[in-house]
Amino acid sequence: MSDSAATDAGIVSTARSPDGAAVWVDGLVKRYAEVEAVRGIDFEVATGEVFGFLGPNGAGKTTTINMLCTLVKPTAGAARVAGHDVVRERDDVRRNIGLVFQDPTLDAYLTAAQNLRLHAELYRLEKKVIAPRMRQVLEMVGLWERRSSTVGTFSGGMRRRLEIARGMMHSPRVLFLDEPTIGLDPQTRRSIWGYIGELREREEITIFMTTHYMDEAEWCDRIAIMDHGQIVALDAPEELKSQVGHDRVTINTDDDDAAIAALRERFGVEARVHEGAVTFGVPGGEQFVPRLFDEWDPAHPPIRSVSVSRPTLDDVFMSHTGTTIRDAEEDQAKNRNRMMVQMMGGGRR
Amino acid sequence: MSATTERGAAVGAVGSVAAGADGAAAATPVISVHVPPHSLASELRAIRIVWQRDLIRFVNDRIRIAATLVQPLLFLFVLGSGLQRLSSAGTHGVNLKTFIYPGILCIAVMFTAMFSAASIVWDREFGFLREMMVAPVRRSSIVIGKCLGGATVACSQGIIMILLAGLVHVPYAPLLILAIFGLQLLLAFTITAFGVMIAARIKQMQAFFGVMQMIVMPMFFISGALFPASGLPQWLEILNRLDPLTYAVDPMRRLVFSHLHVSAAARAALDPGVTWWGWHVPGLLEAGVIALLGLAMLAVAIAEFSRVE
Repeated sequence: MSDSAATDAGIVSTARSPDGAAVWVDGLVKRYAEVEAVRGIDFEVATGEVFGFLGPNGAGKTTTINMLCTLVKPTAGAARVAGHDVVRERDDVRRNIGLVFQDPTLDAYLTAAQNLRLHAELYRLEKKVIAPRMRQVLEMVGLWERRSSTVGTFSGGMRRRLEIARGMMHSPRVLFLDEPTIGLDPQTRRSIWGYIGELREREEITIFMTTHYMDEAEWCDRIAIMDHGQIVALDAPEELKSQVGHDRVTINTDDDDAAIAALRERFGVEARVHEGAVTFGVPGGEQFVPRLFDEWDPAHPPIRSVSVSRPTLDDVFMSHTGTTIRDAEEDQAKNRNRMMVQMMGGGRR
Repeated sequence: MSATTERGAAVGAVGSVAAGADGAAAATPVISVHVPPHSLASELRAIRIVWQRDLIRFVNDRIRIAATLVQPLLFLFVLGSGLQRLSSAGTHGVNLKTFIYPGILCIAVMFTAMFSAASIVWDREFGFLREMMVAPVRRSSIVIGKCLGGATVACSQGIIMILLAGLVHVPYAPLLILAIFGLQLLLAFTITAFGVMIAARIKQMQAFFGVMQMIVMPMFFISGALFPASGLPQWLEILNRLDPLTYAVDPMRRLVFSHLHVSAAARAALDPGVTWWGWHVPGLLEAGVIALLGLAMLAVAIAEFSRVE
């Protein structure tokens, strides 16, 4: 629905200028001692847009958000948020943004209302608007009745909702959500997305979020796919999917290796095992299936089932990075483990 | 129960999004809110709310109120009554509890102030520190609010100890109470500033308490809270004069003894006063030492917290 509007506002303009954009990033780099977490990224987010950062853990999403929120100083490049420079005008940036972090940042010993009150005081809101505004944001996330309960008694989902309410308390122009639904059950995830949808209906706000859930990225007007500290693709989700140009075919066999070899020899397609099934991409998947069965040699392992699906964001991710997001994370976990083992071994010697 | 609440809320929210998409205007107008640029008044507001938070949390935490009182009460009544039997000859007829009472007035606020400073380490561990660090306020406001909060909380414990004066034969003179309270406030502020300074560097709770134990207990024992600060072996005298707590305990004792009716011999033995190379250090200067130390540590704490990205 809003894809086209967002595309018109953001991407089509070729002359990039910092004026008017909610977020404007130019050649942003963050280098830690040995690691280059963010390797020179450029993008801009139009006012009113829901912009998503998609990528595996460790891709540089959180580092980017931290730079935009003035929590981390960029090594190089520039960024402006709500019209203010993130290095030189830190205070002005902070006044105009709301933050919901991956990890909880509530005071569990205070009540929901006390947490919001504290936030309102730190953000110096006008005294007389605090009470009505508090009611409004608490009602939005369905916690008004629980305002006098200690946050310690809240479930994970309720806490996240309260964090979103708090992030909205001071009417930020840009709301940053770092993995807003991580670790939540599907039901609560949906409700969180409900609030985000409602927010953009009601308030003039730009939402910048990170996620590594593919299905959630679909909610965004535009998404940037991030991998190894770089943006590898940036467009509306539909556009990205149509760029993939092929459908995903998944087959189940008794001998995956033999099936992969057969696919390579006879059909010239490179298949891989993903999540327990042989998977490959072909243009026109529905037309390919009859051909597959016609030409499938009886000597090959019999095919138990076939499914064809339109490209998903997973496929988009794979076509740009050569791996699925889940595999990317597993590889990283393995690397980390290997490094730890090496370090421990080195220490002992 | 909470699961059903959440489900209900989820359905409600999705429903209202659909309504919004249909073009129905939001039922209530959005309350417009504006965050003004920073000013001195806004920083004072930040200091006040950080201070207030410490108070709210303290009042809610009755176990902590009780726990931090146990140690000073143990020292005062158990140690005081027990050692009395050994030392009655040396105290010139003054009850040992009366003698160590000024020291206990000091350490009562000291322990509580340490606890208050430790809450910064908790706040970091549970993420709340981040909420304060990203707010559009100066870090110095947060640190000052924190130190004032710690001092206030510690002094509420101090008041309980002041109320016990009658039990150790110290009169309830208004001026004495006021002076004790003022000195406690000063000490509590300095100790909180010290704790906050340490908390800026030490990120784990266990390590923090370890360091605190390592510093606080020696400070307490060396300060002269349990013995007069004269006629000590030289090594102990040097340590005693270096211990900041000495300069809180000594004026405190002088205050209390000035309201007691004791013999000149007892006064000379029990309240000899701190000397620097034979020069008697006046009480106001001692209080000044505490205040100066407090401000210096506050400055370091602010610098440390402003440096953190």
